[in-house]
Amino acid sequence: MSGAKMVVQALIDQGVDTVFGYPGGAVLPIYDEIFLQNSIKHFLVRHEQGAVHAAEAYARSTGKPGVVLVTSGPGATNAVTGLTDALMDSIPLVVLTGQVPTFMIGSDAFQEADTVGITRPCTKHNWLVKDTDALAHTLHSAFHVACSGRPGPVLVDIPKDVQFANGTYEGPAKMKSHYQPQLKGDIDAITALVAAMETAEKPIFYTGGGVINSGPIASQLLRELVEATNFPITSTLMGLGSYPGNGANWLGMLGMHGLYEANMAMHDCDLMINIGARFDDRITGRLDAFSPGSTKAHIDIDASSINKVIHVDIPILGDVAHVLEDMLKVWKARGRKTNSKALKSWWAEIDGWRKIRCLDYAADSKVIKPQYALERLEALTKDHDRYITTEVGQHQMWAAQYMTFNDPNRWMTSGGLGTMGYGVPASIGAQVAHPDSLVINVAGEASWLMNMQEMGTAMQYGLPVKQFILNNERLGMVRQWQELLHGERYSQSWSESLPDFVKLAEAFGAKGILCSDPADLDDAIMEMLAYDGPVIFDCLVEKHENCFPMIPSGKAHNEMLLGDASMKGAIDASGSVLV
Amino acid sequence: MNALNITKGTSSKSAYNLRSGHADLDERHTLAVLVANEPGVLARVIGLFSGRGYNIESLTVAEVDHEGHTSRITIVTSGTPQIIEQIKAQLGRIIPVYDVHDLTVEGPSVERELSLFKVSGKGEKRVEALRLADVFRANVVDSTLDSFTFEVVGSPEKIDAFADLMRPLGLSEMARTGVAALSRG
Repeated sequence: MSGAKMVVQALIDQGVDTVFGYPGGAVLPIYDEIFLQNSIKHFLVRHEQGAVHAAEAYARSTGKPGVVLVTSGPGATNAVTGLTDALMDSIPLVVLTGQVPTFMIGSDAFQEADTVGITRPCTKHNWLVKDTDALAHTLHSAFHVACSGRPGPVLVDIPKDVQFANGTYEGPAKMKSHYQPQLKGDIDAITALVAAMETAEKPIFYTGGGVINSGPIASQLLRELVEATNFPITSTLMGLGSYPGNGANWLGMLGMHGLYEANMAMHDCDLMINIGARFDDRITGRLDAFSPGSTKAHIDIDASSINKVIHVDIPILGDVAHVLEDMLKVWKARGRKTNSKALKSWWAEIDGWRKIRCLDYAADSKVIKPQYALERLEALTKDHDRYITTEVGQHQMWAAQYMTFNDPNRWMTSGGLGTMGYGVPASIGAQVAHPDSLVINVAGEASWLMNMQEMGTAMQYGLPVKQFILNNERLGMVRQWQELLHGERYSQSWSESLPDFVKLAEAFGAKGILCSDPADLDDAIMEMLAYDGPVIFDCLVEKHENCFPMIPSGKAHNEMLLGDASMKGAIDASGSVLV
Repeated sequence: MNALNITKGTSSKSAYNLRSGHADLDERHTLAVLVANEPGVLARVIGLFSGRGYNIESLTVAEVDHEGHTSRITIVTSGTPQIIEQIKAQLGRIIPVYDVHDLTVEGPSVERELSLFKVSGKGEKRVEALRLADVFRANVVDSTLDSFTFEVVGSPEKIDAFADLMRPLGLSEMARTGVAALSRG
């Protein structure tokens, strides 16, 4: 079997039916094999970065690995941002790149790049395959590594002569790997955590993307545990949906733009149970004032996440679903105890913070407030079978704050890397995976323009993605920081020379909708939902709205800013060097 | 599990104590990393250290099991206890890394380094260099009428000491392999 045919066969044997990619000289033999078969559907993107983000959202919304096929040189380098994004957010991807033939490697050949060298720090692992006989095993190993343990992107670089040469194919069953991450948590540590839960006066669950990566069972077990213990729960941006946003114990997202009640509860808790989150700097704020009085437990499948930035008292290495299952078992066996009297006053304290109503904003009857736009989008779409993607910036935070996610795998956003340009291709990946569902990309106009070429992909495959652009003609988050930190000197944060988005939509063959009056908003959103095809919705919003609440850089959770009035002098010199 | 019986708010590991003066003291650790001998594995290890800002004091690598395609990388590094733990965890998650041993904490170990010194000199200095070499059990591996090349095997401290002695006696060049280490027993 030729190497190129092996690639297709290995994908089929791995259960892959969808590939995002872009052809080029060094992958032509593989594209030829794709032409000759019908098991795998290939989606032609307009830029390789788009292929990777689409595959990320495909993976995130299905729980299956995303697969990307691109050519050597620029094809591979264009994929680097997506790879880094997937590495930061633990998204399983298998990226296949073509390479110049083995005998030309190192000669600065046309479209040659040291792909494994370039992608070594932005993949979980990568391989250069120099022998067709090793190709099948490598491809199966790639899927194993991408999906086992903490998921992540892997890359297999396949020189063109290896694609043409014949070799022996072997199936996935023959794949051997010493890489077998530990799934079960240490039962003594789990028991210690349960014991701490029984007496805790101010406990809190702090969950992250690891719950979603662990699969639907993990979310199910988490809900059971929260309901059984009546502990409050907050989540990172990546973990939204693992516990329902309309659940009684939900405090909302935490972190830099998290909810007041969530951050205050994190600061004042006496037992913090971190489940599949990683104490990211967007979450912790000032480290030496992070939840000073609490015993901290951390459940994570990646040993390097534990004690990386925050020292924890009860580390538990293992898969979230496995550990939660054992936690529930142990807790039940020990008599289902909680400190219910203390919990009652803890909830009373939390209800006091909730009364602040930190998401309230000044309504306006003339200009659409971005918060209002998202409230209406939420109200009019919450009963749909709905997937939300975002770009990066203020709109992303507002979407996280004002939209409700009741199920896992419904929210696709670039968390760790903060990649502007993620949302358009991500909406395409999510729509490919769920052709009959409503997929909305909540965007800012600046981010949206970064990968807008993918509208062509949406048109080509009839993917009815809704691009909901909150257009403030600014790089809103940059502008907000310049207002906060740089004396209102708005250096290069204006979106000048914006296109007419309605005409742009029409140029692509999509539908364009412009809305600038709050009174028209509901009708315009309904028009977007009713249209059977891709829509670019240009929602002109208040230009100078800031995103609150906010923990300024270098501050602690209990030093949140709640509105414009509290902004002056909010960041001191040591905080201003942080991002 | 006594270590986990923690009174709330008093944990020595809680965030408030993260930067205690004690924790900030750098420690020197010798790590033995067993890896699959495949292309790029050394680049992965070195890239990890440079990418995350860790120190490498010395690094040696060679295949130790030809049939099992296993190499042993010995790394001498330094950092706070927290950084050392992080280095080990980060090394452990590199896919072709089989095992990471911290020889500094896993009981007694022996460390040896091989070094070559070229010492040029005449007369009294030349005699003195030869005499000191004898004290250090150095081998003369090359000699000319106005130079010796010594081979010294020992701990890094011994080699440092020998270098200090040779410097005023005409040390013109030296080469060191970096540390190889094994646990005792």
